Amino acid sequence: MSLSPAVSAHEGRSGVSVQLAGLHRHYGPVHALDGLDLEIAPGELVALLGPSGCGKTTALRALAGLDTPDAGRIVVDGRDITEVPANHRDMGMVFQAYSLFPNMTARDNVAYGLRLRGMDGQARRRRADEMLELVGLLAQGTRYPYQLSGGQQQRIALARALAIEPKVLLLDEPLSALDAKVRRQLRDEIRRIQISVGTTTLFVTHDQEEALALGDRVGVMSSGRLEQIAAPTELYERPRTAFVAEFVGLTNKIRGVAQGGAVEVFGTRLPLLDGSATSGPVFALVRPEAVRLTPEEGAAARVLAVSFLGSVCRVQVELPGRELVGAQTSPEDAMQLSPGTAVRVEVQAAGIFAVEDGGTARP
Amino acid sequence: MTTRGRLRRSVARWTIVVVVGGYLLLPLVAMAEFSTRGDFGSRSLDAWIAIAEDPNLVEAIITTLSIAALTAVGMLVLLVPTITWTYLRAPRMKRPVEFLCLLPIAIPAIVLVVGIVPIYSILTRATRGNPLVLVFIDIILVLPYAHRAIDAGLRSIDVATLAEAARSLGAGWPRVMFQVIAPNLRGAILSAAVISVALVLGEFTISSLLNYDTLQVVINLLGKRDSFVSVAVSLAALLFAFLLIFGITAVAGGQRRQVEEPIEEGVA
Repeated sequence: MSLSPAVSAHEGRSGVSVQLAGLHRHYGPVHALDGLDLEIAPGELVALLGPSGCGKTTALRALAGLDTPDAGRIVVDGRDITEVPANHRDMGMVFQAYSLFPNMTARDNVAYGLRLRGMDGQARRRRADEMLELVGLLAQGTRYPYQLSGGQQQRIALARALAIEPKVLLLDEPLSALDAKVRRQLRDEIRRIQISVGTTTLFVTHDQEEALALGDRVGVMSSGRLEQIAAPTELYERPRTAFVAEFVGLTNKIRGVAQGGAVEVFGTRLPLLDGSATSGPVFALVRPEAVRLTPEEGAAARVLAVSFLGSVCRVQVELPGRELVGAQTSPEDAMQLSPGTAVRVEVQAAGIFAVEDGGTARP
Repeated sequence: MTTRGRLRRSVARWTIVVVVGGYLLLPLVAMAEFSTRGDFGSRSLDAWIAIAEDPNLVEAIITTLSIAALTAVGMLVLLVPTITWTYLRAPRMKRPVEFLCLLPIAIPAIVLVVGIVPIYSILTRATRGNPLVLVFIDIILVLPYAHRAIDAGLRSIDVATLAEAARSLGAGWPRVMFQVIAPNLRGAILSAAVISVALVLGEFTISSLLNYDTLQVVINLLGKRDSFVSVAVSLAALLFAFLLIFGITAVAGGQRRQVEEPIEEGVA
């Protein structure tokens, strides 16, 4: 099985290739995986993103050997491992729930996989210490899990998963139980470590910010299938389906009529992106950062609310006909806006994605 | 809280301790007093010394302790893997297993005995009346209590995630059981073992109905002959069970080390 061109771009890094081909997994009437195809290049970090129940965790568990697909193939480093039990797959995994063994110290946890591989005591300890140092917790090696905070436990779990030099690193929403600040810290740390060790990694999350920040490529899943997999910028700027456009980033749905490869939004004609509906009534999917607001006496739109989010402000505007539009502005621009201010609304974008009014994008 | 409030709470606490402690200890003190009565109001340890001098009693003690130990081991071998398996691989079987384990509480001892007599008549013949065969019925009797203890232990840990983490690191199922699950169930396993031993030490009805000379049966017979020795042995058995429970609680408590404050977050 050969890798697709997009995947081949990552070759040259250390690590192994991973291919999930036509994976199906049904739980009664529920299709958790419905013919999932996914390729990961050696050393690449792919983030699987999707809402609850879209099948992303099932895909990861199937790759780990913790769940058996009903049909399809799992190929790692050119070897079909579909029938190989979990304990013979050489996968390092970090779980959503805290999974350190409570009866072992942090160092013993990290060394556990090495012990199973028959590594002698001194070498095991040396390797465990290296891994603890990698995650910045060497000093906490003698502590038990209950003596560590959530973030520290997940970092030890990461060290434990990496200690065995796994073929593939699997991260199942490892940050979801942590508070926002620790989450961001650990997210950056995971990326740093993944790049330094070069292990092929599959990261599963429902948090789009996390997926976009971490992934070399981000795969958006829906109903057991991949809707789109692409580099984060491409996914954000050129979504291929309405689901991706709506799921990744905030999106306004503005009514318009598509004609001749363009759609008129707030009086501006904008070219349609590939895959958009091309004619008839459509919803143009407009990112808040593409919406420009200018205070103007007598304009029909009114500011409803302004929210300060630190480096940016989110402004909610009501159009005639009670249609709501969200815009993103700098805090300086937002100072001119207050609830009730009349504003002119424009869209500034190189291209725009549109879906049929009441339907989906053209396949 | 004010000093007065604290005082009131302290008094209430000590009142409860004294009342409950008194209720539990009074019979034991009475037994100790009775078993050490000598002639003409004097104190004597004759009844206690007689315990060691009665060969039937010594044999019954050894037999009962052997049955208790084997019952605890048999129960653990049967129950720990079974309940763990229902958590890991067959969650739908949790309820049926729980139901089966609770049945011995609902079935009166006499009904159990009537049911098992045909089997025990074969076992008795085959083992020439060895009382250790009581282990089988005692394992059934301790199931409801041991199940509770082990189930509570499994509920207190995320057994599925721990097993999956161990599997992903390369552990087969036996290692998952012995290196990951069992060490984290130490408290629950010890509790289940203590309950089993305590139950076997106090079991009289079935041993008596099946005509086996266990400690309680011998104590009962002895009570008709020499009530002082009978009470001394009963007290000794109770004290042994208490000591066992205290000992095991201390061992289990040892694993719960003082929880320290987690260190501050931050990338080192």
